[in-house]
Amino acid sequence: MSPPLDDGIDGGTSPRAGAGNGAVGGIRFDLKLIADMVEPGSRVLDVGCGDGALLAYLARHKGVDGRGIELSMDGVHRCVTQGLSVIQGDAETDLKDYPAEAFDYVILSQTLQAMREPRTVLQSLTRIGRRAIVSVPNFGYWRIRLQLLLTGRMPVTEKLGYQWWETPNIHFCTIKDLVSLTEEMGLTIERCLIVNRAGRITGHAHSGFANLLGEQGVFLLRRT
Amino acid sequence: MPASNPAVALPADAAALPGYRVTLGVDRPMRLDSGAELGPFQVAYQTYGTLNADRSNAVLVCHALTGDHYVLDQHPITGKPGWWEMLVGPGRPVDTDRYFVICSNVIGGCMGSTGPKEIDPATGRPYGLGFPVITIGDMVRAQKLLIDHLGIEKLFCVIGGSMGGMQVLQWAVAYPESVFAAVPIATAARHSAQNIAFHEVGRQAIMADPDWRGGNYLLEDTRPHRGLAVARMAAHITYLSEPALHRKFGRNLQNRQSVTYGFDADFQVESYLRHQGITFVERFDANSYLYITRAMDYFDLAADYGGGTLSNAFRVDGRGTPVRFCLASFTSDWLFPTPESRAIVHALNAVAANVSFVEIRTDKGHDAFLLDEPEFHQVIRGFLEGCAEHRGLTARRQPR
Repeated sequence: MSPPLDDGIDGGTSPRAGAGNGAVGGIRFDLKLIADMVEPGSRVLDVGCGDGALLAYLARHKGVDGRGIELSMDGVHRCVTQGLSVIQGDAETDLKDYPAEAFDYVILSQTLQAMREPRTVLQSLTRIGRRAIVSVPNFGYWRIRLQLLLTGRMPVTEKLGYQWWETPNIHFCTIKDLVSLTEEMGLTIERCLIVNRAGRITGHAHSGFANLLGEQGVFLLRRT
Repeated sequence: MPASNPAVALPADAAALPGYRVTLGVDRPMRLDSGAELGPFQVAYQTYGTLNADRSNAVLVCHALTGDHYVLDQHPITGKPGWWEMLVGPGRPVDTDRYFVICSNVIGGCMGSTGPKEIDPATGRPYGLGFPVITIGDMVRAQKLLIDHLGIEKLFCVIGGSMGGMQVLQWAVAYPESVFAAVPIATAARHSAQNIAFHEVGRQAIMADPDWRGGNYLLEDTRPHRGLAVARMAAHITYLSEPALHRKFGRNLQNRQSVTYGFDADFQVESYLRHQGITFVERFDANSYLYITRAMDYFDLAADYGGGTLSNAFRVDGRGTPVRFCLASFTSDWLFPTPESRAIVHALNAVAANVSFVEIRTDKGHDAFLLDEPEFHQVIRGFLEGCAEHRGLTARRQPR
C-alpha cells in the first residue's frame, strides 16, 4: 500500500476523538489509512463510528457490508439518516453481545485511550472480528515527551487538546505500550503504520524511532 | 362520564365502511395459536400508491391497539385525518409516490375485519365472547394471507409502532423470507408485567360496566360505554408523559376561577381525559378492546420462537436473520421504554443481524411515534432510502 502523501487540510467536522492529518478523497487521512487495510466486499463493524464518514466511504468505494456503534445520539442520527446501519450504544457494554468472528474487520479509531477497560475492549474486538484495526494517538511522541519534560505539566497538543481534568482520554499509551500489550494478549500485529505529524509513514511498530517520531499508530491485529 | 345510550348504533357497520374488504380462509380455515380455527373471515384494508411491475415496492403498515387501516384517509366515523399522515404519504418518509402502502384492520378489530362484533356465520349472531382469543401471531397470519392474496411474495418493508411494532417483529420472525426490511417502533419483544397490569385495569373497567352484559351487549342492545371510556382514560395516560401533561395542562382549571369542592372536572386534565373517553366509545367496540389487549399481553417472541432466548428467535437456518432492521424508541416513553428496544437490538447483534437503532429525544411520551417528530421522520426516511438502494428500487418518481 502506498498512502497518499499530499494530503490537504482537514475541512471535516467529524466528532471522532482526535482529529486526523487532513482529508483525502472526502475522508480524513487517518481514516483513509484504515480504509486501505480493509479488503473489498468484507463485513465491517466500526466501533465509535462518529458521523459515519468511514462507513460511508467503505460502502461506496469498497462495497463493504458495514455496521456501526456510536455513543452520541447526534452521530447515530446522522448515520442512519444517510442509510448506514448504526446503533446507538456503548462499545464497552454492547460489544459482548456479538458472536465470535461475526465480522471480517472490527475498527476502533482513536478511541481505545478513552475506554474504561482497553484490554477487555481489545479482546472483544479480536473476538468479534477476524481482524481488528485499531488506531491510537502515541503518547511517546517527542513533542509530548518534551512538553512534560520542559514544562512539568500534562501535555496539551493540537491533536490531544484537553486539559488533564477534562480529557475523555483516560488510558493513554505509547506505541511501545500497545505493542507490548498485544504481545501479552497473544495478538499478532499483521501490519502497523506509524504516522508522523505531516502524515508520513515513519517506521515499523518495534522501532524506537517510530515511538519517538510517530504521532499516531494504526494496527492491523488478529488472534494468533 | 358518558351516559349509556342503548340507541347508539354499532361502532361502524362493516359493509358501509370505505376501503377494501376480502374474505380469506375460505378453502381452509386459519388455525389460531389457541388451537381454534377461524374461517372464512374478512379482512378490511386500504392501499395507497401503486404496486410496481415486479411487486417489490410494497410496504405493510401495522396499526396499534386502537388504530385501524385508515392511515391516510379521513376517518369514516370521527372525521379526523389519517392517523399516520405525518409519516406516510406523497413525499413523506414512507413515500406513496414510491412505495405501495398496505394497511389492514387486525382480526379481532372492529373496523371491518372479523372480530367479536361481527356476525358468526355458525350462529347468525354477533360472536361476542364466542370469538376465539387471538394473538399477535394470528393477526400477522391473517395479514400474510392478505399479502398472498395481493400476489406479493416479499414485502419491501413492514413498519409499525407499539402493537404495530409487535406485528413487525412477528413478521420478521415468522416470515423472514417475506420481509426485506422491518421497522419496529416504540415496542417490545414481550409485553411487560406493568403493561399487562394496565390492560387488566382497562378490561376490568369494561367488564364491571353492567351494560357489558357478560359480553352480550349487542344482542341486548346496550353498550358498556362507561367502562370502555374509563379503560380508554386509564390507557391514554400511559401514552403521554408527565412533562407533556404538565406542559399541556399543568394544574390549570377548566372554565372556572377556583376549585368547586366537588367531583366535577375542575382541572383541564380531567376534562381532557373525559373527552378522550367519550369520543373513543363512538368508534371502538368494547369486546374488541378486550381481545386486542389480550393479544398484546400474550406476546412473547423469546418464549414462542427462541426457547426463552430472544436472539434464537432471530436465527434463520442457523444464521442471523436476513431482514434489515431499524428500531426507534423515544426518551419519554415509559410504556415501551428504550431498554425494551435495546433488548431487541442486543438480540439482533447476537446473531450479527443488520440493525440500526435510534433513541429520539422528546417529551411527548409513547404517542411520539404518531406525532410531528422531525428527527424521527428523517431517520425513517434515511433508513428506507438506504434499503431501497439495496433492494434495487428506482429513485422516487417526480413529485406530483
